[in-house]
Amino acid sequence: MSQKTFAIALMDAPYESENLTTAFRILDAMARRGHNINVFAYEGASGLAFTKQAPHPNPVHGKNVAEENHPTTKDQVTALLALAGNNGGKVDWVNCGMCVDERGVGEFVEGTRRGSPADFHSFCEASDNVLVIPTK
Amino acid sequence: MAKKTLNIIESAYRAVMEEQDDTILWLLAAMQGAGAEHTVVLRGNAVNYAVAGQGAPGLTIGGWKQTQTPRMDNDVIDLITTRKIPVFVIEEDLAVRGIERSELVPEVELFSAKMLPKRMAEYDLVSHW
Amino acid sequence: MAEYLLIESRDPFESNDVGYYFELARGLIEAGNQVTILLIQNAVFAARPSAHAPQLRFLVGSGIRILADDFSLSERGISKLLDGVQKASIEIVVDHLEAGHKTLWH
Repeated sequence: MSQKTFAIALMDAPYESENLTTAFRILDAMARRGHNINVFAYEGASGLAFTKQAPHPNPVHGKNVAEENHPTTKDQVTALLALAGNNGGKVDWVNCGMCVDERGVGEFVEGTRRGSPADFHSFCEASDNVLVIPTK
Repeated sequence: MAKKTLNIIESAYRAVMEEQDDTILWLLAAMQGAGAEHTVVLRGNAVNYAVAGQGAPGLTIGGWKQTQTPRMDNDVIDLITTRKIPVFVIEEDLAVRGIERSELVPEVELFSAKMLPKRMAEYDLVSHW
Repeated sequence: MAEYLLIESRDPFESNDVGYYFELARGLIEAGNQVTILLIQNAVFAARPSAHAPQLRFLVGSGIRILADDFSLSERGISKLLDGVQKASIEIVVDHLEAGHKTLWH
Protein backbone atom coordinates (compact mmCIF):
# COMPACT_ATOMS: atom_id res chain seq x y z
CA MET A 1 0.00 0.00 0.00
CA SER A 2 1.39 3.38 -0.97
CA GLN A 3 1.86 6.10 1.61
CA LYS A 4 -1.34 7.89 2.55
CA THR A 5 -2.07 11.00 4.54
CA PHE A 6 -4.78 10.90 7.17
CA ALA A 7 -6.40 13.63 9.25
CA ILE A 8 -7.65 12.73 12.72
CA ALA A 9 -9.56 14.99 15.09
CA LEU A 10 -9.33 14.13 18.77
CA MET A 11 -11.36 15.77 21.52
CA ASP A 12 -11.05 13.80 24.72
CA ALA A 13 -8.87 14.93 27.59
CA PRO A 14 -6.27 12.52 28.93
CA TYR A 15 -7.41 9.97 31.50
CA GLU A 16 -11.14 10.52 30.98
CA SER A 17 -12.22 8.26 28.16
CA GLU A 18 -11.36 4.97 26.52
CA ASN A 19 -11.64 6.81 23.21
CA LEU A 20 -8.04 7.90 23.58
CA THR A 21 -6.75 4.39 24.14
CA THR A 22 -8.41 3.39 20.88
CA ALA A 23 -7.26 6.57 19.15
CA PHE A 24 -3.63 5.93 20.04
CA ARG A 25 -3.94 2.34 18.87
CA ILE A 26 -5.22 3.57 15.50
CA LEU A 27 -2.49 6.21 15.29
CA ASP A 28 0.12 3.58 16.15
CA ALA A 29 -1.18 1.31 13.39
CA MET A 30 -1.05 4.19 10.91
CA ALA A 31 2.47 5.11 11.94
CA ARG A 32 3.67 1.50 11.65
CA ARG A 33 2.47 1.48 8.08
CA GLY A 34 4.47 4.62 7.34
CA HIS A 35 1.54 6.91 6.68
CA ASN A 36 1.54 10.65 7.24
CA ILE A 37 -0.76 11.61 10.08
CA ASN A 38 -2.26 15.03 10.69
CA VAL A 39 -3.72 15.27 14.18
CA PHE A 40 -5.97 18.11 15.25
CA ALA A 41 -6.05 17.96 19.04
CA TYR A 42 -9.17 19.89 19.97
CA GLU A 43 -10.71 20.73 23.32
CA GLY A 44 -9.51 18.33 26.04
CA ALA A 45 -7.19 16.60 23.61
CA SER A 46 -5.13 19.79 23.46
CA GLY A 47 -3.65 18.59 26.73
CA LEU A 48 -2.44 15.26 25.41
CA ALA A 49 1.01 16.60 24.58
CA PHE A 50 1.38 18.80 27.67
CA THR A 51 4.94 18.40 28.91
CA LYS A 52 4.15 18.91 32.57
CA GLN A 53 2.30 15.62 32.94
CA ALA A 54 4.07 13.54 35.55
CA PRO A 55 3.77 9.85 36.36
CA HIS A 56 2.93 8.92 39.95
CA PRO A 57 3.24 5.95 42.29
CA ASN A 58 0.37 3.65 43.14
CA PRO A 59 -0.05 3.48 46.90
CA VAL A 60 -3.14 1.28 46.64
CA HIS A 61 -1.08 -1.39 44.91
CA GLY A 62 2.13 -0.54 46.77
CA LYS A 63 4.09 0.51 43.73
CA ASN A 64 6.56 3.35 43.53
CA VAL A 65 6.82 5.63 40.53
CA ALA A 66 9.23 3.40 38.68
CA GLU A 67 7.31 0.22 39.43
CA GLU A 68 3.97 1.69 38.46
CA ASN A 69 5.39 3.13 35.25
CA HIS A 70 2.21 5.13 34.86
CA PRO A 71 1.43 6.09 31.27
CA THR A 72 1.48 9.72 30.29
CA THR A 73 -0.08 10.75 27.02
CA LYS A 74 2.80 13.12 26.35
CA ASP A 75 5.11 10.10 26.17
CA GLN A 76 2.69 8.34 23.86
CA VAL A 77 2.66 11.36 21.57
CA THR A 78 6.46 11.50 21.60
CA ALA A 79 6.65 7.79 20.82
CA LEU A 80 4.15 8.17 18.01
CA LEU A 81 6.20 10.90 16.37
CA ALA A 82 9.32 8.75 16.59
CA LEU A 83 7.54 5.66 15.24
CA ALA A 84 6.19 7.54 12.26
CA GLY A 85 9.60 8.98 11.51
CA ASN A 86 11.24 5.57 11.71
CA ASN A 87 8.74 4.23 9.20
CA GLY A 88 8.99 7.02 6.67
CA GLY A 89 5.91 8.95 7.73
CA LYS A 90 5.40 12.35 9.29
CA VAL A 91 3.11 13.45 12.07
CA ASP A 92 1.84 17.01 12.12
CA TRP A 93 0.26 17.26 15.58
CA VAL A 94 -1.61 20.50 16.08
CA ASN A 95 -2.90 21.57 19.47
CA CYS A 96 -5.83 23.95 19.05
CA GLY A 97 -4.48 27.24 20.37
CA MET A 98 -7.54 28.57 22.17
CA CYS A 99 -8.14 25.18 23.75
CA VAL A 100 -4.54 25.20 24.96
CA ASP A 101 -4.92 28.71 26.37
CA GLU A 102 -8.09 28.11 28.33
CA ARG A 103 -6.63 24.95 29.83
CA GLY A 104 -3.21 26.44 30.54
CA VAL A 105 -1.42 23.61 28.76
CA GLY A 106 0.73 25.73 26.53
CA GLU A 107 3.89 23.69 26.90
CA PHE A 108 3.78 20.75 24.61
CA VAL A 109 6.18 18.11 23.40
CA GLU A 110 8.65 18.97 20.72
CA GLY A 111 7.36 18.09 17.34
CA THR A 112 3.82 19.24 18.11
CA ARG A 113 2.63 22.76 17.48
CA ARG A 114 -0.02 25.31 18.25
CA GLY A 115 -2.68 25.78 15.63
CA SER A 116 -6.26 26.63 14.84
CA PRO A 117 -9.37 25.38 13.01
CA ALA A 118 -7.75 26.59 9.79
CA ASP A 119 -5.21 23.80 10.30
CA PHE A 120 -7.95 21.19 10.57
CA HIS A 121 -9.44 22.56 7.38
CA SER A 122 -6.05 22.30 5.66
CA PHE A 123 -5.62 18.79 7.02
CA CYS A 124 -8.99 17.70 5.65
CA GLU A 125 -8.18 19.15 2.27
CA ALA A 126 -4.72 17.60 2.11
CA SER A 127 -5.59 14.18 3.49
CA ASP A 128 -6.69 11.03 1.72
CA ASN A 129 -9.17 10.36 4.47
CA VAL A 130 -10.44 11.88 7.71
CA LEU A 131 -11.53 10.34 11.00
CA VAL A 132 -13.24 12.40 13.69
CA ILE A 133 -13.26 10.81 17.14
CA PRO A 134 -15.87 12.83 18.99
CA THR A 135 -16.25 13.18 22.72
CA LYS A 136 -19.46 12.57 24.58
CA MET B 1 -12.97 23.72 -4.51
CA ALA B 2 -13.05 22.47 -0.93
CA LYS B 3 -14.25 19.00 -0.06
CA LYS B 4 -17.92 18.95 0.82
CA THR B 5 -18.34 17.72 4.38
CA LEU B 6 -21.52 16.55 6.05
CA ASN B 7 -21.31 16.97 9.82
CA ILE B 8 -23.80 14.92 11.82
CA ILE B 9 -23.92 16.54 15.25
CA GLU B 10 -25.61 14.89 18.21
CA SER B 11 -23.60 16.17 21.17
CA ALA B 12 -25.66 18.87 22.86
CA TYR B 13 -25.14 21.37 25.67
CA ARG B 14 -21.80 19.84 26.51
CA ALA B 15 -19.50 22.60 27.76
CA VAL B 16 -21.75 25.23 26.17
CA MET B 17 -21.80 27.53 29.19
CA GLU B 18 -18.04 27.33 29.81
CA GLU B 19 -17.14 27.74 26.16
CA GLN B 20 -19.96 30.21 25.46
CA ASP B 21 -20.45 28.30 22.23
CA ASP B 22 -21.14 24.82 21.07
CA THR B 23 -17.58 23.85 20.25
CA ILE B 24 -18.49 21.89 17.14
CA LEU B 25 -20.68 24.59 15.61
CA TRP B 26 -17.92 27.05 16.46
CA LEU B 27 -15.24 24.85 14.87
CA LEU B 28 -17.25 24.46 11.68
CA ALA B 29 -17.89 28.21 11.49
CA ALA B 30 -14.17 28.86 11.88
CA MET B 31 -13.30 26.27 9.25
CA GLN B 32 -15.87 27.74 6.88
CA GLY B 33 -14.10 31.05 7.28
CA ALA B 34 -10.92 29.30 6.19
CA GLY B 35 -12.58 28.03 3.03
CA ALA B 36 -14.33 24.83 4.06
CA GLU B 37 -17.67 23.72 2.67
CA HIS B 38 -19.70 22.34 5.54
CA THR B 39 -23.26 21.20 6.02
CA VAL B 40 -24.72 20.40 9.43
CA VAL B 41 -27.30 17.82 10.39
CA LEU B 42 -28.56 18.12 13.95
CA ARG B 43 -29.71 14.83 15.41
CA GLY B 44 -30.34 13.38 18.85
CA ASN B 45 -30.42 15.99 21.57
CA ALA B 46 -28.69 18.50 19.30
CA VAL B 47 -32.02 19.05 17.49
CA ASN B 48 -32.85 21.23 20.46
CA TYR B 49 -30.30 23.77 19.26
CA ALA B 50 -32.86 24.84 16.68
CA VAL B 51 -35.51 25.69 19.27
CA ALA B 52 -36.17 29.41 19.20
CA GLY B 53 -36.06 31.52 22.30
CA GLN B 54 -33.65 29.41 24.34
CA GLY B 55 -30.86 30.59 26.57
CA ALA B 56 -30.00 30.39 30.24
CA PRO B 57 -29.06 33.49 32.19
CA GLY B 58 -25.32 33.87 32.67
CA LEU B 59 -23.63 31.97 35.43
CA THR B 60 -22.88 33.74 38.64
CA ILE B 61 -20.36 32.07 40.94
CA GLY B 62 -19.70 34.22 44.00
CA GLY B 63 -18.57 37.57 42.68
CA TRP B 64 -17.85 36.24 39.21
CA LYS B 65 -20.51 36.88 36.64
CA GLN B 66 -20.70 35.62 33.08
CA THR B 67 -21.25 38.42 30.59
CA GLN B 68 -21.43 36.59 27.24
CA THR B 69 -24.14 33.98 27.58
CA PRO B 70 -24.51 31.54 24.72
CA ARG B 71 -27.66 31.28 22.65
CA MET B 72 -27.70 28.14 20.53
CA ASP B 73 -30.66 29.23 18.44
CA ASN B 74 -28.84 32.41 17.46
CA ASP B 75 -25.71 30.41 16.66
CA VAL B 76 -27.73 28.15 14.37
CA ILE B 77 -29.16 31.19 12.59
CA ASP B 78 -25.66 32.65 12.31
CA LEU B 79 -24.35 29.45 10.74
CA ILE B 80 -27.05 29.58 8.10
CA THR B 81 -27.33 33.26 7.30
CA THR B 82 -23.79 34.53 7.91
CA ARG B 83 -21.54 31.51 7.43
CA LYS B 84 -23.67 29.96 4.67
CA ILE B 85 -23.64 26.57 6.34
CA PRO B 86 -26.95 24.78 5.71
CA VAL B 87 -28.42 23.29 8.87
CA PHE B 88 -30.81 20.37 8.74
CA VAL B 89 -32.71 18.82 11.62
CA ILE B 90 -33.81 15.20 11.89
CA GLU B 91 -37.59 15.04 12.08
CA GLU B 92 -37.88 11.87 14.12
CA ASP B 93 -35.61 13.24 16.83
CA LEU B 94 -37.80 16.32 17.12
CA ALA B 95 -40.92 14.18 17.31
CA VAL B 96 -39.73 11.91 20.12
CA ARG B 97 -38.73 15.01 22.08
CA GLY B 98 -42.14 16.54 21.52
CA ILE B 99 -40.78 19.50 19.59
CA GLU B 100 -43.04 21.00 16.94
CA ARG B 101 -41.74 22.60 13.74
CA SER B 102 -43.32 25.87 14.81
CA GLU B 103 -40.98 26.01 17.82
CA LEU B 104 -37.89 26.06 15.65
CA VAL B 105 -36.04 28.94 14.09
CA PRO B 106 -37.46 29.18 10.58
CA GLU B 107 -34.07 29.03 8.89
CA VAL B 108 -33.52 25.32 9.45
CA GLU B 109 -34.77 22.59 7.14
CA LEU B 110 -36.00 19.20 8.24
CA PHE B 111 -35.53 15.74 6.84
CA SER B 112 -36.17 12.20 7.92
CA ALA B 113 -33.41 10.01 9.35
CA LYS B 114 -34.29 7.60 6.54
CA MET B 115 -32.80 10.10 4.11
CA LEU B 116 -29.38 10.15 5.82
CA PRO B 117 -27.83 7.40 3.67
CA LYS B 118 -28.80 9.25 0.52
CA ARG B 119 -27.50 12.55 1.90
CA MET B 120 -24.23 10.97 3.00
CA ALA B 121 -23.58 9.83 -0.54
CA GLU B 122 -23.63 13.44 -1.72
CA TYR B 123 -20.59 14.46 0.32
CA ASP B 124 -16.86 13.86 0.03
CA LEU B 125 -16.51 13.49 3.79
CA VAL B 126 -18.93 12.62 6.58
CA SER B 127 -18.02 13.35 10.19
CA HIS B 128 -20.00 12.30 13.21
CA TRP B 129 -19.71 14.61 16.24
CA MET C 1 -21.86 2.71 -4.54
CA ALA C 2 -19.63 3.41 -1.57
CA GLU C 3 -18.15 1.53 1.33
CA TYR C 4 -18.54 2.63 4.92
CA LEU C 5 -16.92 1.73 8.21
CA LEU C 6 -19.16 2.56 11.14
CA ILE C 7 -17.27 2.40 14.42
CA GLU C 8 -19.60 1.90 17.37
CA SER C 9 -18.11 2.61 20.77
CA ARG C 10 -21.35 2.63 22.80
CA ASP C 11 -23.20 -0.32 24.20
CA PRO C 12 -26.98 -0.74 24.12
CA PHE C 13 -27.16 -1.25 27.89
CA GLU C 14 -25.98 2.23 28.73
CA SER C 15 -26.94 4.11 25.59
CA ASN C 16 -30.31 4.37 23.96
CA ASP C 17 -28.70 5.68 20.81
CA VAL C 18 -27.07 2.54 19.47
CA GLY C 19 -30.28 1.71 17.61
CA TYR C 20 -29.96 4.86 15.52
CA TYR C 21 -26.49 3.86 14.39
CA PHE C 22 -27.50 0.33 13.51
CA GLU C 23 -30.49 1.71 11.61
CA LEU C 24 -28.14 4.00 9.73
CA ALA C 25 -26.04 0.95 8.82
CA ARG C 26 -29.17 -0.80 7.55
CA GLY C 27 -30.17 2.23 5.54
CA LEU C 28 -26.74 2.43 3.96
CA ILE C 29 -26.76 -1.20 2.95
CA GLU C 30 -30.30 -0.97 1.61
CA ALA C 31 -29.10 1.95 -0.50
CA GLY C 32 -26.62 -0.41 -2.13
CA ASN C 33 -23.48 0.42 -0.16
CA GLN C 34 -21.13 -1.98 1.57
CA VAL C 35 -21.07 -1.51 5.31
CA THR C 36 -18.83 -2.77 8.09
CA ILE C 37 -19.64 -2.15 11.73
CA LEU C 38 -16.72 -2.34 14.14
CA LEU C 39 -17.73 -2.71 17.78
CA ILE C 40 -15.09 -1.27 20.06
CA GLN C 41 -14.75 -0.46 23.76
CA ASN C 42 -17.95 -1.12 25.68
CA ALA C 43 -19.88 -1.80 22.47
CA VAL C 44 -18.43 -5.32 22.55
CA PHE C 45 -20.64 -6.09 25.56
CA ALA C 46 -23.41 -6.65 23.05
CA ALA C 47 -21.38 -9.26 21.20
CA ARG C 48 -21.65 -12.08 23.76
CA PRO C 49 -23.92 -14.84 22.47
CA SER C 50 -25.80 -14.63 25.76
CA ALA C 51 -26.25 -10.84 25.71
CA HIS C 52 -29.73 -9.38 25.46
CA ALA C 53 -28.92 -7.25 22.44
CA PRO C 54 -31.76 -7.60 19.95
CA GLN C 55 -30.66 -4.60 17.88
CA LEU C 56 -27.32 -6.24 17.14
CA ARG C 57 -28.89 -9.66 16.54
CA PHE C 58 -31.24 -8.05 14.05
CA LEU C 59 -28.27 -6.92 11.99
CA VAL C 60 -26.81 -10.39 11.61
CA GLY C 61 -27.56 -11.71 8.16
CA SER C 62 -28.41 -8.27 6.80
CA GLY C 63 -25.29 -8.11 4.66
CA ILE C 64 -23.49 -5.84 7.11
CA ARG C 65 -20.11 -7.16 8.15
CA ILE C 66 -20.03 -7.06 11.94
CA LEU C 67 -16.66 -7.02 13.66
CA ALA C 68 -15.57 -6.73 17.29
CA ASP C 69 -12.23 -5.26 18.32
CA ASP C 70 -9.92 -7.95 19.70
CA PHE C 71 -8.34 -5.64 22.28
CA SER C 72 -11.73 -4.56 23.66
CA LEU C 73 -12.88 -8.20 23.82
CA SER C 74 -9.73 -9.32 25.58
CA GLU C 75 -9.90 -6.43 28.05
CA ARG C 76 -13.41 -7.54 29.01
CA GLY C 77 -12.75 -11.30 29.01
CA ILE C 78 -15.13 -11.98 26.15
CA SER C 79 -13.98 -15.03 24.25
CA LYS C 80 -17.15 -16.29 22.59
CA LEU C 81 -18.99 -14.15 20.09
CA LEU C 82 -22.52 -14.08 18.78
CA ASP C 83 -22.76 -15.97 15.48
CA GLY C 84 -22.29 -13.48 12.73
CA VAL C 85 -19.82 -11.32 14.66
CA GLN C 86 -16.11 -11.76 13.96
CA LYS C 87 -13.09 -10.68 15.92
CA ALA C 88 -10.86 -8.09 14.22
CA SER C 89 -7.76 -6.12 15.01
CA ILE C 90 -7.56 -2.33 15.04
CA GLU C 91 -5.71 -2.57 11.74
CA ILE C 92 -9.11 -2.88 10.09
CA VAL C 93 -9.69 0.82 10.74
CA VAL C 94 -6.55 1.74 8.85
CA ASP C 95 -7.48 -0.71 6.07
CA HIS C 96 -10.76 1.11 5.54
CA LEU C 97 -9.20 4.57 5.75
CA GLU C 98 -6.52 3.53 3.26
CA ALA C 99 -9.21 2.34 0.89
CA GLY C 100 -10.93 5.72 1.08
CA HIS C 101 -14.05 4.44 2.81
CA LYS C 102 -16.11 6.95 4.73
CA THR C 103 -15.38 6.15 8.36
CA LEU C 104 -17.62 7.36 11.14
CA TRP C 105 -17.37 7.03 14.91
CA HIS C 106 -20.34 6.88 17.24
